[in-house]
Amino acid sequence: MALTTYVDAIRQGISEEMERDDNVFVLGEDVGIYGGAFKVTTGLLEKFGETRVIDTPISESAIVGAAIGAALMGMRPIAEMQFADFISCAFDQITNFAAKCRYRWGAGVPIVIRAPSGGGIHGGPFHSQNPEMHFVHTPGLKVVCPSTAYDAKGLLKAAVRDPDPVIFFEHKYLYRRIKEELPDGDILVPIGKAAIRREGADISIITYGAMVYVALDAARELEKDSIDVEVLDLRSLLPFDREAVLESVKKTNKVILLHEDTRTGGFAGELAALISEEAFDYLDGPIRRITAPDTPVPFSPPMEEFFLPKISDVLRVARELYAY
Amino acid sequence: MTKTVDPHTLAMAHLPALPPRETQLKILYYMKVVRELENRIERKLYRQGKILGGVYVGRGQEAIAVGSCIDLREDDVVCPSHRDMGAFLIRGMSLRTIFAQYMGRKTGATKGKDSNMHMGSLEHNLIAFISMLGDNVPVAAGIGLSFKMRGQDRVVVCSFGDGATSRGDWHEGLNMASVLKCPVVFICNNNQYAYSTPLERQMAVENVADRAPAYGMPGEIVDGNDVLAVWNASQRAIEYARGGNGPSLIECKTFRMTGHSAHDDASYVPQELFEYWETRDPIRRLERTLIQQSIFSDAGIAEMDKGIHAEIDEAIAIAEKDPYPEPEDCLRDVYFEEQ
Repeated sequence: MALTTYVDAIRQGISEEMERDDNVFVLGEDVGIYGGAFKVTTGLLEKFGETRVIDTPISESAIVGAAIGAALMGMRPIAEMQFADFISCAFDQITNFAAKCRYRWGAGVPIVIRAPSGGGIHGGPFHSQNPEMHFVHTPGLKVVCPSTAYDAKGLLKAAVRDPDPVIFFEHKYLYRRIKEELPDGDILVPIGKAAIRREGADISIITYGAMVYVALDAARELEKDSIDVEVLDLRSLLPFDREAVLESVKKTNKVILLHEDTRTGGFAGELAALISEEAFDYLDGPIRRITAPDTPVPFSPPMEEFFLPKISDVLRVARELYAY
Repeated sequence: MTKTVDPHTLAMAHLPALPPRETQLKILYYMKVVRELENRIERKLYRQGKILGGVYVGRGQEAIAVGSCIDLREDDVVCPSHRDMGAFLIRGMSLRTIFAQYMGRKTGATKGKDSNMHMGSLEHNLIAFISMLGDNVPVAAGIGLSFKMRGQDRVVVCSFGDGATSRGDWHEGLNMASVLKCPVVFICNNNQYAYSTPLERQMAVENVADRAPAYGMPGEIVDGNDVLAVWNASQRAIEYARGGNGPSLIECKTFRMTGHSAHDDASYVPQELFEYWETRDPIRRLERTLIQQSIFSDAGIAEMDKGIHAEIDEAIAIAEKDPYPEPEDCLRDVYFEEQ
């Protein structure tokens, strides 16, 4: 059975949705003949034609605006931001137009905005960011961050069928580094549901995106010290799976919140607040955060390596917390 | 450097120069309803404290939305801006819905979620405007794109003021609409002031239409206070878009006969400008023309006015009795909800 990479899984998801529903189409910069900067949309132009795979000018705001307009007319656009970093150019259309239409006048905006995010590829300050929290703080949007090929496909397809705007952060470090066997047929991963990637009894690591692998690698290492780590992959940040978070914390009583995004205002803060409000009595130690520091993403390899949370950070914090 | 805009770019010889008599009367009616509706909103209900929040009217600019929208097809789409009340009425939104909207009632177009002219209705093919000026321009491009993709011969009319043309979204949207050949008619209400900022501090070209050639689309300047000229230019641009030729831009030169909003006395506007433009009032101009050409009479006008007053009185009376939303309704409809 062939293995499917994360990038191929996304493409399969798009292609299957385009086959299923004529209203689904792709627009963005270089998505057609070039197949996208990361080759996510390779082959779609040949398969579906230029009416449904649309190369646009370098205009992120107009890409999203046009997607909104088409969605209001019943289309199901998938807009690509070439890098998640560039989504800032479309911030206004996303947060003011797309996010508020349903609330204001009952008009749903079923768009998907794909945004290749994350570091570890020496992309520097403008090709490595994790801008999810700008959007997690905007009611009306949904935000997903798949970590596996299965989820990438399943969440993409769920996002296309969702009646509300979904921002799909695909981690570009994972594009070709992970692969798995995917079942035949329709894969749908519900938005808002977390997944336990590893069961454990001593410490919960709650994370998402590429950091799931840092957590899993650290967990295998900690097993040697007889520290039994649970890894919870959030998969969706807005809405997020509150029950799964609380259940895991109530089971292990110790929690590490891990993300690649920077620290202040990062998702870990929201999780920490939820846990202390709803599960304070279950905690046997302080809630610990492992995040990138509050800086832009640096370019030079030694600095980027320092910047990104890594296995050694998790090992250190986990051992401290275990001993607490 | 200012480029000359060819006023005949959109020339379509087979189209009539003027609308038929019934349409001219309909145009007069809608302009008058808008004038009276906005007078009541700004000069009565707002001052009585019955309308809270911002009030932005289009006094003196009624010809633009009415002239550009009056002969659209029902399945065409309008993306109005904030001084385009005529668009809502022509598309079939009721006076009661509009008054209820301004008074924050549950029966308003946004059920109290948003204020004033931020009204939309997919049923009426009206796209709700947002306060970030020019944001409706790329959205209109996308609406047009969807028509093209589906092989429909529908068009979009998208309006904005002169101030909005300074925003990046405006430029991105015009460019994208032109590159993708979307069937959009862009209508600029150039009323010469963006809040307190006069045109010469807004742009270094003389005309908004001068920008059209830079985006590869026809641009045309019309007297925005001559509703028949607006109608004529719009008909040609609509036909052009419907025929698959792509977007075009019509700049309607007009003047804002008020402050930016009801709280603004516009003391920064030279009085003589108001006096000059008062003589060019679009409603009185059409009335004069209709009487001169014996299309309509003084008595007819008086009767029309009387009818409009009665319609508006009735709508206000109903809207004032309409309920406010429940406080908890603020939690609803952030996301799709199963009915």
